[in-house]
This record gives sequence, structure tokens and C-alpha cells, in this order.
Amino acid sequence: MTNQNSNESMLDIYLFETFQMIEQLEKVILGIEKDSLFSPDTINEIFRIMHTIKGSSAMMMFQNITELAHAMEDLFYYLREEAPQIVDYTTMIDLSLEGIDFIRIEAEKIKNGLSPDGDAAVQISQFHALLHVLQGGEDNCSAPEENKKVLEQLYQQPVQIDEEGSLDSYTALVFFDEGCQMEHIRAFSILYKMREFSSVCYSIPEEKRLTDEESADFIRQQGFWLYFKTSLDYDSVSEFFYNTIFLRSLKLEAADPEKLSNEEALPKPQPVKELAYTVGGAGKGSEQLEVAAAPAKTQSIISINLDKLDALMDLVGEMVIAKSMVIQNPDLEGLEIENFNKAASQLNKITNEIQDMVMSIRMIPLTATFQKMNRIVRDMCKKLGKEVQLEIIGEETEVDKNIIEHLSDPLMHLVRNALDHGIETPDERLAKGKAANGTITLEAKNAGSDVVITVKDDGRGLDKNKIYRKAFDHGLISSKIEDCSDKELFRLILRPGFSTNENVTEYSGRGVGMDVVANNIDTIGGVLTVDSAEGEGTVFTIKIPLTLAIIDGMNIGIGGSCFTLPVTSVKETFRPEMKDIIRDPDGNVMIMVRGECYPLIRLYEVYNIKTEITDICNGIVLMLEQNERIVCILADELLGMQQVVVKALPRYIQSLRRSRNIAGCTLLGDGSISLIIDIEGLISSSISC
Amino acid sequence: MSERIIKLEQAEEDTQKGRYLTFALDNETYGIEIQHVIEIIGIQAITLIPEMPDYIKGIINLRGKIIPLMDVRIRFKKAAKEYNDRTCVIVVDIDQMSVGLIVDRVSEVLTIADENIVEPPQMNMGYPNRYLKKIGKVGSEVKLLLDCNKLLTEEEQINLTQAI
Repeated sequence: MTNQNSNESMLDIYLFETFQMIEQLEKVILGIEKDSLFSPDTINEIFRIMHTIKGSSAMMMFQNITELAHAMEDLFYYLREEAPQIVDYTTMIDLSLEGIDFIRIEAEKIKNGLSPDGDAAVQISQFHALLHVLQGGEDNCSAPEENKKVLEQLYQQPVQIDEEGSLDSYTALVFFDEGCQMEHIRAFSILYKMREFSSVCYSIPEEKRLTDEESADFIRQQGFWLYFKTSLDYDSVSEFFYNTIFLRSLKLEAADPEKLSNEEALPKPQPVKELAYTVGGAGKGSEQLEVAAAPAKTQSIISINLDKLDALMDLVGEMVIAKSMVIQNPDLEGLEIENFNKAASQLNKITNEIQDMVMSIRMIPLTATFQKMNRIVRDMCKKLGKEVQLEIIGEETEVDKNIIEHLSDPLMHLVRNALDHGIETPDERLAKGKAANGTITLEAKNAGSDVVITVKDDGRGLDKNKIYRKAFDHGLISSKIEDCSDKELFRLILRPGFSTNENVTEYSGRGVGMDVVANNIDTIGGVLTVDSAEGEGTVFTIKIPLTLAIIDGMNIGIGGSCFTLPVTSVKETFRPEMKDIIRDPDGNVMIMVRGECYPLIRLYEVYNIKTEITDICNGIVLMLEQNERIVCILADELLGMQQVVVKALPRYIQSLRRSRNIAGCTLLGDGSISLIIDIEGLISSSISC
Repeated sequence: MSERIIKLEQAEEDTQKGRYLTFALDNETYGIEIQHVIEIIGIQAITLIPEMPDYIKGIINLRGKIIPLMDVRIRFKKAAKEYNDRTCVIVVDIDQMSVGLIVDRVSEVLTIADENIVEPPQMNMGYPNRYLKKIGKVGSEVKLLLDCNKLLTEEEQINLTQAI
């Protein structure tokens, strides 16, 4: 059982790393496409990532991913070492992205507990073909065919890393006698023999490169470098090496595996021709030496299991309660204890800081989510023949981890829609006097306790008449077009089954898009609004709370119980007057505020609580707004405002409840529990409309 | 390593096997398997939850964890009794749900050997013994051993399945 557990967590780590690497890879490749430039740095990075994916996939026994990664690695290895001048970079980028997609799909399968069964043969053969073309373009240095054949017979599966704790790691640097010739074959035979007693993790030159005669030169000059793991001791390993024929010198060292898994620790291979070779356009000139691509950001970051974070947050919550129990202990009342008070205020400060810090740990920047859109825009531009630029502003804005997970899909939909429906074709744009390049702007910024994300395009905008006709046909609206405000009309496109585009394309037009987007955003407590000007473009604005876990709450008391409402939905509070209260014949109570009439809900009735305040005039009325519906509720008293941590009701309670007018609960400063009112549920259960 | 853990787990299971925490309601003594019991606490301030069955008294904050409380008296259709100093909450964990059971008082932890545990008699009138799993004999006394899972399931559900 423990064994299985450790395996699972290894899989978790594998998936986490692989997804992260895929994301980074995609970023790098898109960067290359943008700059039309393969710099040695980027090639190195791609090579490094593919190598890592290959290694870890092989370790996890995911054959197809391993093979594909291997093929890609070969290609980029060739680019890195040989720096060929002519590269068909569009094919290569397309192919690389395809490869990434394949790995991503397989990784998704693994994540969902399926076995990765995709066949990468097509991609692999494409990579091989491309590599072949590249190699063919070069004058082949008379590589003796016989040697190759010998090698091919010897060549077997790519080296797989066995992860066994008891193995010792070594590095070895081998030099052969001068003039012994065919160094690469000798190196290969060492590698081959070593496999009998050890697992070779890495070698320079790499195993595959040993088929190439050029590597012989390399070995002659720099030696053959190996990093391997074995269960044998130092002496038997060195004995093995000294038995090799034509051995001139050997440097065998026990290695620190931690250090060696890091690429920096490897001796640098023969300096790559330090030329940033341009790709594609011949006009750019090869003397363009400055390399644009910034090295990948190295972050000092560790990944933490979210469960642990949640547990930490709970603990901090308990600590805050315990703190107030100590500081406000009734036994202390009336005592002159200056020193205690000093220490107490210090404790107070520290606990507050800890709380803030724990909250901030859960916050992660939107960068990854936004960067994903680059890829979508690129792919769609190619397919649809449009030219669109994606501008990203404020990607460093931080949002709670839980919210980010739910944000990716809606954003993707919005960007797709903007590209497909919003932005016109270049000809159309030119005819309208716009620049041929469309622009989609993705912007995030903080606004109070909310984050506002806008997706803006400068396309054709929404056609109000078309929206109205469609909505009218579908029975979504009954009033005349003149009576509808722009806002109302635009909001119609968020309704289920509404799609103005007659043509269903690969990307959008099935009419399931916008309402799903609106729903998704609703579930994370956000609001989606649309604005548009015909001919100038459309703006979608998503307003989401910074975090779902903490809300600004307004505490109200009803008959000794405490309830909490999100402050954001409280519009105003006031003491009602008798003359404003209206009762209809059915017994419903309404309240008149500044000439408008709103339904009044008496919470003690809804929740069946005994309270002394049943006369409306003795209580206090809160006006609440949710999804543009306004109700007034009656409470006994206001207890104040505070930030509260939202907790779910216990599962057992949830299973017994039928109505849904309580969203959760929270702990107050004194350790007592307050119930959080679900305003949406309250409105729909109390008012039928 | 893993073998050792398994052995430890087995050992732990062995020490828990056949042990029951007993508590009293009126004159009867009930027992629940000790493996379900997490802790015993005194009664504390309860937050009411609207629209709940009467035997659910509300929720409490147990060191940051929110757990529901069930009054076992009312669950067993006995007259409600005011809570006092001896009233206890037994926190049990059933299917990874923590629930607090309010009982008059907790008695002791008993080991009841298998041969002293018998099936409850089949009653044909009224409800069958739906909360009762077994009956344990300790000396001349009888302990009613409860089926914790059934404590949590809705009566209506049980009635329904029996009707079918």
C-alpha cells in the first residue's frame, strides 16, 4: 500500500513537471516564431526540455512519449551541434507544436487515469524526415557505411534510467590512445558493455551521436564523458575501464546525483558555433548577432500540495482564535498588566502577518493562463487566414489558485470568439480603413478586492439589430428594439443557445459558447459584462473576486444566531418606517424605497428562528443586489463587518439539506460559527418570478 | 519498510478489535466500535442550522473543524433532555464524515469477546432494529451495539427500500 502511494506521488510530480515543461516549451517555440530566429540559447533550452521529458517519461515507462521526445531531441541536438544555415522554420515550428500537443494529450490521459495509448509514429517519422532533410543539406563527411551498420546492429533502445536508491553514481572521463582511430565506435562499445552492470544516464557525446563520425573528433579532443549509476563499487568499475583496449587515461569519480541532474554540472560540449542564425527570410543577414531571446526565468520556487496549504490555513485560523481567547481572556479583566499587554500586541501583530502570508501563498499570477492564449491565437490565425496580434497587459496580477483553474476555459472561449467573430479578414479591415493586423488585448488589473480581466478586440463589434432579430426569433425577448438598452441587448448573447454566427466553424458558432462562459464565471463568483461599439470592437469584462476563500462579510444577528452576507452584495442598510411598508392581499410584504418597490424577506421566517423582533420597524433592513435583482431582508441588528474565511458546511449537513439558501459557514473571532447566506439561493427560493 | 507499516496497521486493528465505547441513554447502555471514535468532548455552544431534522442540533467549531451534532436521544425517539455537565459529545468518524453524537454520559471502554456477541432478536412489530447491529453480553448486563452507518442514513431512505 505504501509502495503504491509513493508511486502515485511520483506520477503527480511527473505530470506536474511535464505540464510545466510543455508550457515553457510552447512559450519558447512561439517566441522563436515571433522573432523568426533560432538562437543557440533557445535551441539549447528546447533540447534540454525534450531531454528531461524523455528521461522522466522513460522512467515512468511511457513508451510513446519517450519515443517522440527522443525524436525531437535528436532534431534539436542536430541543430545545436551543427547549426545548419537553412532551416525551414515554419515546418519545424508546426511540427514541434504538434509534438507538444501529442505529449500534452498523452499526459492528460495519464492524469485522468487512462493509459497513454496514442501512436506517435507519424510525428516521429516526420521528425526523422526533417532531420534527414537537414542532414542531407550538408555535405556528408565520408562516413564509412560499414561502421554505421555495425552501430545499428549494436544500437538498441534508448537508455532508460533505473531509479533505485542503492545505486552509486559515477562520472568517468575516458581518453583513448592517440591514433587508435574510430574513437566513437570504441566509446559505443564501452557504453554497450556498461549496460550489463549499470544504467548510463548521460554521456557526452550522446549515444545516438556516436553513429556520427564527427563525434570521433570530439572524443579525441575532449574525451568521452559518462555519467552512470551502478551497484558495483569503485574498484570494480575502474577495473572494467582499465580493461578497455587503447585506453590512454581515465578519470573516474563518484558523483553527486543531485548536482548532475542539473545540466550546468555537465562539462560543456565543444563550443557551439556562437552564431545566431536567422531562419526563414534570407534578407535578414547572418551577421545579426545579438540574441533576442532572454534566458528562461529561473525561479526559486517549490511546489506544495494544495491540501497542505489548506490545512495550514485552517491551523492559522485556529491560532488566531486561540490568540484572541488568550488576549481577551475574562480572567485578565481589571488587572494592571502592562507587560502582558505589550507582549499581547506583539503577538497580535505577528499572527496577523502570518495570516496575510498564508493567504498570499495561495495567490498565483495569471501569467501561465494568459500565455496559453498566445498559442490559441497563433493556431487560429493560421487556420482562418487572419492576422491578429495578442497584447497582454498585467499578466503578473495574482489570483487565488482555485479561481485560476476555472478561468482558463472561459478566457479561451472569449479569445476564440473575438478572433473568429470579432476580427475581420485583412481585406475587410483594409476596406474599412483599419490596419490589416487585428489586435486582441488581454488585460488584468486589481480593483479593490476584485480582479478585472478584459478581453478586447478591435473587430467589427456586435450588430445590435442582428442580436435583436435572433433573440426575438428564439423568444428570448419580447419588447421592441427601441425599448432595449444596449446593455440589455448585449447581455442576450450570454443566454443559452444564442450564437449570431450562422456558420459553425471549427472554433466557434455552435451556440454553446457564451452561456457556458457566463456560467463558468458565475461559479467562481464573478460577473461577465459585454460592451461593444459597431465597427470598433467588443469588450468583455470579467470581474472576479481575488479569492473565494476569503470574503468581506457583513455580520447580522437574528434571534441570537449570527449570519454573514458578502458585503459586495449589500447596497444599503436602513431603518424602515411604517409608511413605507406595503402588504399585498396574499400577505407578501414589500417596501418602498425612494419611489421603488422591493420585496421584503423576513429572515427569521425563512430560517425559522425565534426572535423578539418581528415588527419590521424594530429591525433593520438590508438591501441586497445579486445578478441585477434587488431584494430587501429584515434582520434584528447589524453586528459589524469583517473579513471571513469561507468554510463549507459539513458533508453530512449538506446531504440532509434540501434548500440551498446557506452557502457555507465561517468562524468568527471569538470561535463561534456564523452561517453565510447564499443570496442567489435566498432570492430564488423566496421569490418566484 | 512497507511491510512493517502493514504489520503496525494490523497490530493497531487488532488492539481495536472487539473494543467498544459504551454510553448511556436513560437505562440502556449502548456501544459503538472504538475504531469509529475520534474523541470525547464536553458539550459546547452550538450554532443552529435552519431546515434540519430535529435530531440535528447544529454545528460546532472543534478546533477549526466544523462538525455537525446529532442528539442520539432524539434520534432514538426518546424525550429530549436538557444538557448538563455530564452531557458528552462523542466525535465519530464514519465514511470520513465527522459527526458528534450527543449522549447523556459516556461510561467506559469494554472488550467484548466474539462469543459474547449475538444477533439481535427479530422483532416483527413496528420498526425492525435498524440502528442495532449486535447485542453484547458483559456479565449479566446487555450492551446494545450500534451500527454507526445507519445512524447517519435518512430514515426515509430506509423505509423506502424496505417498502420495495
